Amino acid sequence: MINMRTKTLILLSVLLVLLLGFLFIGISMDPELYGSHMVNRLKAPSFEHFFGTDYLGHDMFFRTIRGMAFSIIIGLCACTISGLIAIALGTLSAVCGGIVDRVVLWAVDLAMSIPHLVLLILISFALGGGVKGVMIAVALTHWPSLTRVIRAEVLRIKTSQFVKQSKQFGKSNAWIAFHHVVPHILPQAIVGIVLLFPHAILHESALTFLGFGLPLDSPAIGAILSDAMKFITTGQWWLAFFPGLILIILVLMLFSLGDNIKRLLNPQTAQE
Amino acid sequence: MRLTSFCLENLLRLVLLLAAASVITFALVSAAPIDPVQAYAGPENKLSPEQLALIAERWGFDKPAPERYLMWITSLLQGDGGISVIFQRPVTEVLAERASASLLLMATSWILSGVLGFVSGIVCGLKPGSLADKLIKAVCVVLAAAPTFWIGLLALSIFSVALGWFPMGHAAPVGLTPDEVTISQRLHHLFLPALVLSVSGIANITLQTREKTIEIMQSDPVVFAIARGESKFQIIRRHLLRHIALPAVTLQFASISELFGGSVLAEQVFSYPGLGNATVNAALNVDVPLLLAIAMVSALFVFGGNLAANIFYGVIDPRIKRGYDSHD
Repeated sequence: MINMRTKTLILLSVLLVLLLGFLFIGISMDPELYGSHMVNRLKAPSFEHFFGTDYLGHDMFFRTIRGMAFSIIIGLCACTISGLIAIALGTLSAVCGGIVDRVVLWAVDLAMSIPHLVLLILISFALGGGVKGVMIAVALTHWPSLTRVIRAEVLRIKTSQFVKQSKQFGKSNAWIAFHHVVPHILPQAIVGIVLLFPHAILHESALTFLGFGLPLDSPAIGAILSDAMKFITTGQWWLAFFPGLILIILVLMLFSLGDNIKRLLNPQTAQE
Repeated sequence: MRLTSFCLENLLRLVLLLAAASVITFALVSAAPIDPVQAYAGPENKLSPEQLALIAERWGFDKPAPERYLMWITSLLQGDGGISVIFQRPVTEVLAERASASLLLMATSWILSGVLGFVSGIVCGLKPGSLADKLIKAVCVVLAAAPTFWIGLLALSIFSVALGWFPMGHAAPVGLTPDEVTISQRLHHLFLPALVLSVSGIANITLQTREKTIEIMQSDPVVFAIARGESKFQIIRRHLLRHIALPAVTLQFASISELFGGSVLAEQVFSYPGLGNATVNAALNVDVPLLLAIAMVSALFVFGGNLAANIFYGVIDPRIKRGYDSHD
């Protein structure tokens, strides 16, 4: 029987191979592979073209891999930037308390007061669209919920018995921060950041799908699906089906990785 | 008495947040690298520089941003959102028309996802590990991860193209005036977008209700009830529903903000003439007055949902009501 640790390790390694594979193959790929070949227009999936071809003769398989590489880059940016913002604000809010705490909580409420997708559209509009617009919009808007989690966690540790004890033993604040707070926060932050990744990818593809960011013939998952929309009526289902499926598989794996890590970190469910 | 002060407090918070949201929205839209005069006049205008200067003066484009913000917000509060560039009609008129279509769509799918998710969650949770449970759970996990627009595209190619059961999009048959459209035609056009929009909500509610149901069915009161000889139906009605209703309602209200985002995507796939569709068009075609107004409406929508949730909790759960009674 495979236990949860082994399962999570297997999942993590498969995911890493997939992510790095998409990233390197996608970036270093010969543009010829996903370029337009008019001879092969609108071919159904076959062994020659795994995911079929579109009306300009793009090979959808290679175009999807290239698109996933783009999505993964955006996802990584969003994880790093939003994760850092969330950790900084959450910690600041819990440590300082008082007016700082109120301001941070209010900022979280404010960021959540406009529907996320509308906020993404507004930011990308403010930046004049394009890849830069999508990237910044996605990277800057994923911090609110994680900020709340981190704040609650720091607050819990700050008021716990062992931290009070350490203080009375005369340990410095820096010592407490490194020996008590960081070890507790880090796992929470890692789970939060892993779970942030699929959300960022989904939002990137949604934004590209709506037409903000990249031109329709560019290799990005959202653009591919938006392009495919025009061919639904004529029955070219493979244009939308496979690229979306790859996206979902990646998102599902990321979600379950986050869930598994969360369970492993919780002493009550770690031994299942 | 406490209830009114609770509502007032919430209302004050709401107004403050709305004001801040309006500032941010305005700042973002003003930061866009576009010439507002050209955007107002439209891309294919043949206006002379003098006429353009007149437009700038008439709408205050030559004034600094804070002053423009005050002009915009005061006229918006008086019910004047300006003229939409794409539709060439007052923004408020466009909004009213679009909002009613969108509200119909969102309300339908909100109720659909709540009811379907709740029922299937109970079905799963009563017999965990059964074939039906495994099947529904697997489907829900996948659906929760799937982007709304992808599901929309699949639904279109299966139900509209391959099977021909539903129309390809729009809110009514093309070529009919609004008063010629029958209710059955509207429902026929509404069904598929509403179903697609409700999918992620169904998945979330099902998964959560399932967990809760399993937990409650193993709890002491239920074990005792079984020992007393209560029937399955009695247990569901007396113990289960009371415990799982509140978390489900909480989740359902929390999903309102996501519902708006989802409706933007669903409306885009089905060319459904609602607010979401208008948002995308306004942003892509640089229709600044319309974009600003829609952003404010969407914020108002989220606030309304949160406020309704806060008030509603007190009504269905006496413990929470007592909570804000004693809190002072």
